Amino acid sequence: MRDEELIKVANDVRKGIVAGVHAAKAGHPGGSLGAADIITYLYFEEMNIDPADPRRADRDRFVLSKGHCAPALYAALAHRGFFPVDDLLTLRHIGSHLQGHPNMNDTPGVDMSTGSLGQGISAATGMALAAKHWGDSYRTFCLLGDGEIEEGQVWEAAMFAGNHHLDNLVLIVDHNGLQIDGTIEEVNSAMPITNKFEAFGFEVIELADGNDMAQVRAAFDAARAAAGTGKPVCIVAETVKGKGVSFMENQAGWHGKAPNDEQFAVAMSDLASIEAGFSQEA
Amino acid sequence: MTDVKKIATRVSYGETLVELGAEHDDFVVFDADLAEATQTGKFKAAYPDRFFDAGIAEGNMMGLAAGVATTGRVAFASSFAMFAAGRAFEQIRNSIGYPHLNVKIGATHAGISVGEDGATHQCNEDIALMRAVPGMTVVVPADDVEARAATRCAYATDGPFYLRLGRLAAPVINDPDTYEFELGRAIVMREGTDVSIVACGLMVSAALEAAEALAAEGISAEVINMHTIKPLDTETLFASAAKTGRVVTVEEHSVIGGLGEAVCAALCEHAPVPVKRVGVQDVYGESGPALDLLDKYGLNAEGIASAVREVLA
Repeated sequence: MRDEELIKVANDVRKGIVAGVHAAKAGHPGGSLGAADIITYLYFEEMNIDPADPRRADRDRFVLSKGHCAPALYAALAHRGFFPVDDLLTLRHIGSHLQGHPNMNDTPGVDMSTGSLGQGISAATGMALAAKHWGDSYRTFCLLGDGEIEEGQVWEAAMFAGNHHLDNLVLIVDHNGLQIDGTIEEVNSAMPITNKFEAFGFEVIELADGNDMAQVRAAFDAARAAAGTGKPVCIVAETVKGKGVSFMENQAGWHGKAPNDEQFAVAMSDLASIEAGFSQEA
Repeated sequence: MTDVKKIATRVSYGETLVELGAEHDDFVVFDADLAEATQTGKFKAAYPDRFFDAGIAEGNMMGLAAGVATTGRVAFASSFAMFAAGRAFEQIRNSIGYPHLNVKIGATHAGISVGEDGATHQCNEDIALMRAVPGMTVVVPADDVEARAATRCAYATDGPFYLRLGRLAAPVINDPDTYEFELGRAIVMREGTDVSIVACGLMVSAALEAAEALAAEGISAEVINMHTIKPLDTETLFASAAKTGRVVTVEEHSVIGGLGEAVCAALCEHAPVPVKRVGVQDVYGESGPALDLLDKYGLNAEGIASAVREVLA
């Protein structure tokens, strides 16, 4: 898929995020919107997956370690054809397969149940280890938050991945600089992120703008090229929390809050304007 | 029972892993820097490429095991009960239990019989923690024969499985030629009519000793080996309680949340009878030789016999 098409899909994913969180009257729009371009790229370009056979043994795996960004994952899966897009409006409703945080046994296409921060990376590392051990060809991708990496378990897993030369593992740290209680610096920053992962034996790729599809592509191409080096990859992606919705951008307050009806209308209008921009360009 | 053969259930576990390794290549074993103590070192020696040491990082170890299990294979993960069920509780709950993955937790050094290491290493709360996790199977083998069978059962059973194993050599009370392990099916080790002693793990042999002593006093005790704590065999329990009308539970675990409370809950709801719980009485342990500690905390035949006398009084 060309970048222009991917950008359009990412905008649809953002609409799905906003609509889902609005319908749920709860959820995490900020981080979901910021990660939308990376998740879209993974599901529409990078990963070897099959919506008709979500559990195909040789599929690439994606673990959303920052599980609260489930709305972005669900929107990408729905638009990729794993389940109907209309399901997004059932997010967090009783009886819905779209739980507040992802569950692999509920939702087609979800590879691991996550939500408790710091745990997804361990499971992703286990998946990569299993592929190495049994000679499976799949790759494993794992998205972490820059607040999430304050969890000690993240570094336990990173240590293991580096020591075991899991070059079939690609971590992406979604570096939007904000967590619930404020900026990561105000709270308890894990900076510098790049040096830390390098010290743990990773090939680190710096993605200056994780909301720019061309740059996202370049980062994942570089990650692909690192396969065979014996080093796991960590892409440190600078992103804007709330990207695409004017009043949510760079606001920690929109980490875990749903828009009301008025705000929802503004948000959808923001995304519609972005879409209108595409048609003018085309 | 001094001439009885004694083997620690952790040894039975380690040796059975090696046997399973020869039969199946769809599983791996993790440890957290305690391979010699947990006995997974035996598997490591036999199959070095199928053994992975997570280092002193139990939470990550559980996640690694979960990740392996998502691929349709089986992962064993071992540490001391304190650091498996205790330290890594939430990883077990969220990364293994919730997605119902095929991770088999071989938790050794459970209970007060850890001995000299003292209270920080004596986990008397693991049964409580693990049986609270939905979908978790919890098994506490009584001896070498049962531990071998339970390890095989863990491999073959779908879903998360907690195997509680001991450090101390335990008397071998089952006959390997006739023993049959059925998950969730208690074993009546000795029939009686006055009281039902329901025990698990190391305490089963102590219960049999107590029953022998009580017989000399004219008290007929039935001894039930409740090796599976979850799912609990209520059928055998209710039948025995209906016959004897009195129950004593015995476990090398806190009286809070373990076998005793599981039995009490089942009996209260369906077949109430007076119960007395023998176990660690809501306290921390301490350092000392394992057998001396068991005596001090009343986890021996004498302690069980006096509980029986109390419940019959």
